[in-house]
Amino acid sequence: MSDLTQQEALFTYTLRLADNALILGHRLSEWCGHGPFLEEDIGVINTALDLLGRCRMLYSYAGEVEGKGRDEDDLAFHRDEREFTNYLLMEQPKGDFAYTTIRQFYADVWNLHFYTELCNSKDETLAAIARKVVKECRYHFRHNAEWVKRLGDGTEESHQRMNDAIAEASRFVNEMFEMDEVDQVMVDAGVGVDLNVVKEKWIASVDQVFADATLQRPEPEYDRSGGRKGLHTEQLGFLLAEMQYVQRCHPGLQW
Amino acid sequence: MVDQYLPLWEVFVRSKRGMDHKHCGSVHAADAEQALQYARDVYTRRSEGNSIWVVEATHIVASQPDDQEAFFEPADDKVYRHATFYDVPADVKHM
Amino acid sequence: MTPQDQVVDIDALEKEFQERIDAEKKIEPKDWMPEAYRRTLIRQISQHAHSEVVGQLPEGNWITRAPSLRRKAILLAKVQDEAGHGLYLYSAAETLGSSREQMIDDLHAGKAKYSSIFNYPTLSWADVPAIGWLVDGAAIVNQVALCRTSYGPYSRAMIRVCKEESFHARQGFEGMLALARGNEAQKKMCQDAINRYWWPALMMFGPSDAESPNSAQSMKWKIKRFSNDELRQKFVDQTVPQIEYLGMEVPDPDCKWNEERGHYDIGEMPWEEFFAVIKGHGPCNHERLQARQKAHDEGNWVREAALAYQKKQADKKQSVA
Repeated sequence: MSDLTQQEALFTYTLRLADNALILGHRLSEWCGHGPFLEEDIGVINTALDLLGRCRMLYSYAGEVEGKGRDEDDLAFHRDEREFTNYLLMEQPKGDFAYTTIRQFYADVWNLHFYTELCNSKDETLAAIARKVVKECRYHFRHNAEWVKRLGDGTEESHQRMNDAIAEASRFVNEMFEMDEVDQVMVDAGVGVDLNVVKEKWIASVDQVFADATLQRPEPEYDRSGGRKGLHTEQLGFLLAEMQYVQRCHPGLQW
Repeated sequence: MVDQYLPLWEVFVRSKRGMDHKHCGSVHAADAEQALQYARDVYTRRSEGNSIWVVEATHIVASQPDDQEAFFEPADDKVYRHATFYDVPADVKHM
Repeated sequence: MTPQDQVVDIDALEKEFQERIDAEKKIEPKDWMPEAYRRTLIRQISQHAHSEVVGQLPEGNWITRAPSLRRKAILLAKVQDEAGHGLYLYSAAETLGSSREQMIDDLHAGKAKYSSIFNYPTLSWADVPAIGWLVDGAAIVNQVALCRTSYGPYSRAMIRVCKEESFHARQGFEGMLALARGNEAQKKMCQDAINRYWWPALMMFGPSDAESPNSAQSMKWKIKRFSNDELRQKFVDQTVPQIEYLGMEVPDPDCKWNEERGHYDIGEMPWEEFFAVIKGHGPCNHERLQARQKAHDEGNWVREAALAYQKKQADKKQSVA
């Protein structure tokens, strides 16, 4: 039996999902005004807005579950690096458009399968959020799968850039399927999702799109992990410094 | 470096079921699927539609302003095609 | 046809064109139009489009630093709208036979202008709501007038833009109000942003009527419906009371209500600065163009790949058929 209460587990579980959405959305929003052409600039921001909306719902719910009166902004702006629980992949710098595409695609596939499963959660709030989110995920997946194909099977340069991006991202992939105590408590309670199931589907979806894109998914030489324990790469600190600075300079104010 | 530009597509959006698709602008995209996605991203951000058509601009055949007289003016004198042409006494119902 | 006949023909066409405009009938893309009308429109619409796209940059600076998730979402949606509006406007200009590539090339080469307001830096969070309220507020005054412009596609784009922009100025004012009701640091930020953006916002309406050489012709063609000074006055009249509502000061000691005119008088505009910024010597001209050029250049391989993929797919289809 775990020492973790169900409430604590649910809080952490929800917080992790929120952190992933916030940090990934943050990286994506860095493209605003700098996209490869105007249409894609707008498209990228639609996805970033979806992620931002998602993190707000999840933070609000996490705050509610925790019951200490923390709201979405307390959770987003007043926690330090060691308290953030997103996967390492999400916090990596946006890189070139190939890296952004691969990272986003990996996350989209994960989100699509994860939230599809989460629709069956016994926690009604999470299930309701999942039912909303999964619709967004389907579009994100479609949009980025198309980009993976275009860049993978486009020009020699784009193919090379995609291979570089895949190599660069590969060490962060397996972290997304690790199960820890929180996951186990949530799965046992019928609230959470078995990430082994997500992994199987993730691999199948990625491989299918990669086949069309003339790309290959390498087995990583080694895995990096630790995001969920707050053991991040050095990138997150800079991201948070930028994101949180106004709130931290002027705490407790209305904006 | 040769600058690369994407072709132009015209976008038609149906605002709700039962309505016509209406021209609302254009996007640049490399192919049909991309044009469709960008039409969605650009022209339905505020729930403006539930169905989209895109067509590559070069495929549209349009009448010319010079056709104006020959095409459209012959219809002008066919007033008998309009209901208001006919006098029906006011006490006749359901006309 | 002798050259003489041609001259007569053009005169007749021009007369017919002007009659159509005087009758408040819209000009549509394939209609005959004087070359100068076409050129003026391409210049004005593309300049307007560039302004929207370059205009993403100053506020975009703050997306990653917005002080709350709510403000971040609003800002992101707002800046995205600017990109959308740029796109609608490029579309409208393309109906006149100008291509987007040509327009973008002209922007990057410094041949095309964009609104000088976007050459000012955003130095504190308060600049974001200040831009939404003052800059979008000024733009809306201009754009509402342009909804009735004589060229159909431009008019339609403006109607769409105005519909979408109605939230921009409101969210800006709401953001300023939050600062004005906040602590000393926030109030200071708020006033400072007003101080820096007031004159540049007024200058968005362009030079005074006396110094605006193209205005008369544009008015005759009903591309423009109101003069620069008329629109500027309208903006001043609606904005001064809003500044007072915020409890802030108008950074112009000569700004006073003129009972006789029924308008606010304003002091001498800093025209020297205005023309310097137009010439490219403003605080951020260099950075703005550099950022746009960089995005475009770095996007080249992406566009190239998308086109190459399309071609491969089309060839495949061909060979199957």
